[in-house]
Amino acid sequence: MKMLINVAETVVTDALRGMAAAHPELVVDVEQRVIVRRDAPVVGKVALVSGGGSGHEPLHGGFVGPGMLDGACPGEVFTSPVPDQVVRAAAAVDSGRGVLFVVKNYTGDVLNFRMAVELAQDEGIQVASVLVDDDVAVSDSTFTAGRRGTGATLFVEKIAGAAAEDGLPLERVEAVARRVVESSRSFGVALSACTTPAKGSPTFDLPPGELELGVGIHGEPGRERRPMMTSGEIADYALDVILEDLQPRLPVLVLVNGMGATPLLELYGFSAEVRRVLDEREVPVARTLVGNYVTSLDMAGCSVTLCQVDGEMLRWWDAPVATAGLRWGC
Amino acid sequence: MVGRPRGHGGAALGVLRGIAAVFLHTCADSGAARAWVLTGENGEKEWYVSEVILDAGFFVRWMAAAAGLVDREAERLTELDSAIGDADHGSNMQRGFAAVVRTVAAQPPATPGAVLVAAGRQLISTVGGASGPLYGTLLRRAGKSLGEAPQVTAAQLRAGLAAGVAAVEELGGATTGDKTMLDALVPGIEALETSFDAAATASEEGALATVPLLARKGRASYLGERSIGHQDPGATSSALLFAALAEVAR
Repeated sequence: MKMLINVAETVVTDALRGMAAAHPELVVDVEQRVIVRRDAPVVGKVALVSGGGSGHEPLHGGFVGPGMLDGACPGEVFTSPVPDQVVRAAAAVDSGRGVLFVVKNYTGDVLNFRMAVELAQDEGIQVASVLVDDDVAVSDSTFTAGRRGTGATLFVEKIAGAAAEDGLPLERVEAVARRVVESSRSFGVALSACTTPAKGSPTFDLPPGELELGVGIHGEPGRERRPMMTSGEIADYALDVILEDLQPRLPVLVLVNGMGATPLLELYGFSAEVRRVLDEREVPVARTLVGNYVTSLDMAGCSVTLCQVDGEMLRWWDAPVATAGLRWGC
Repeated sequence: MVGRPRGHGGAALGVLRGIAAVFLHTCADSGAARAWVLTGENGEKEWYVSEVILDAGFFVRWMAAAAGLVDREAERLTELDSAIGDADHGSNMQRGFAAVVRTVAAQPPATPGAVLVAAGRQLISTVGGASGPLYGTLLRRAGKSLGEAPQVTAAQLRAGLAAGVAAVEELGGATTGDKTMLDALVPGIEALETSFDAAATASEEGALATVPLLARKGRASYLGERSIGHQDPGATSSALLFAALAEVAR
């Protein structure tokens, strides 16, 4: 597999050097793997820190900036960051009003952030954390690690980030983040497997004529494999599963997210099918975002995330944001 | 210092009964002053393991041997992980144990406990993923339970590892049969009562026995039924820890 890299061992640090070169508004510690807003700590503001494995860009480093995250900690490809990174980021962004950790529900992320919470508290930093688990492809039972955190992470970081900019205290920013998690559901599909730089070959075997329904953002298999379906059939399937679980009483934010190797042309076409299904189901759409935001390296495919929002959440969604990956109203 | 054989349970009793000769061996360069070789009527030999004395140097060599085995098996671990996980277990463990070796070489800890605590801390700070905190906790907690003794017996090591496993169970919320590293660690520790080689064999068998299991924890659990038929990468790397232990004791 050809890749635009030097060597597999340095893909993360090389990308961080690139982030540093392209974004003078960020402070990028390439060695310690911490990205923070240049103006951090922002006086009087609760700070948001997230992190996770690399390979999902622009998540999370691309969402650092005014209106969203204060800091991010990229781990190795598909590997959660270590507690030391998270504590370093928390210490760099804490203004004294506390830090909220946004954690995706994967065993590794959960364990490392749990250790980071203890270490940060030892350093006198007030910390809360919210677990994002929106992927309805995984049954949420005691027999699995629980639902995975995927597309809703963007909604949590944007909406809770705006709430923090509004000056809310830590416990209220945390409550907003939780509300977003509870209001969000996602479902993803893969048309091809992804290739990690370390392995150099596809991480799973997906025959040419088939797709994986319910795929995770690390190429983890989901519900089932079927012969290739049309964009409209995929939208029907995905929204069936989502709406079985989330019966929205409020208008929804829609994220039509590319996994990394699916062209925007196809994503917009899929977005039209998503809107068709939502119209048929009489689910009002407040806003739609289409693009590659929570990716899975070079995997082809997409995910759809719905988040039902009240007026306050919608206002925070619309609030200005200035990050490498998401930017409006400023 | 060498102890005396005390009670000996189960199958080993037969060996004891059939003792034809008892030889005292020491193995200075392994750090493990080997205690007794029991030679049975049929010529079978067995280390009486629980009284073997281990010093800090032995633990440093154990970590180096583990790093060597992880290096050698990295591709296989990643291959297993790509079937039911996310294809990074080999490289993560490689990075972690390489860092452990560097750390304990740069500042050799004075006691067995300190070696394991330093190794565990290093894994937590280097590996990431689930394996960082889990392996880190295993070694750190084992090290803490060994305390500050300059030398420990194999029986103490066994008790320390058992404390480490209890901490891993608590942190990860898994139990044996969930298709996790515990499925190699628990039988390995059990067999450590007999010998290092027996522990290596038992943990290897434990890892192999994860093949038909349904994963209930970690990333493989997302696969449900589809996790059946694959060997757990975490159990496989755990077996390497015991293989390294046997290698160093040999």
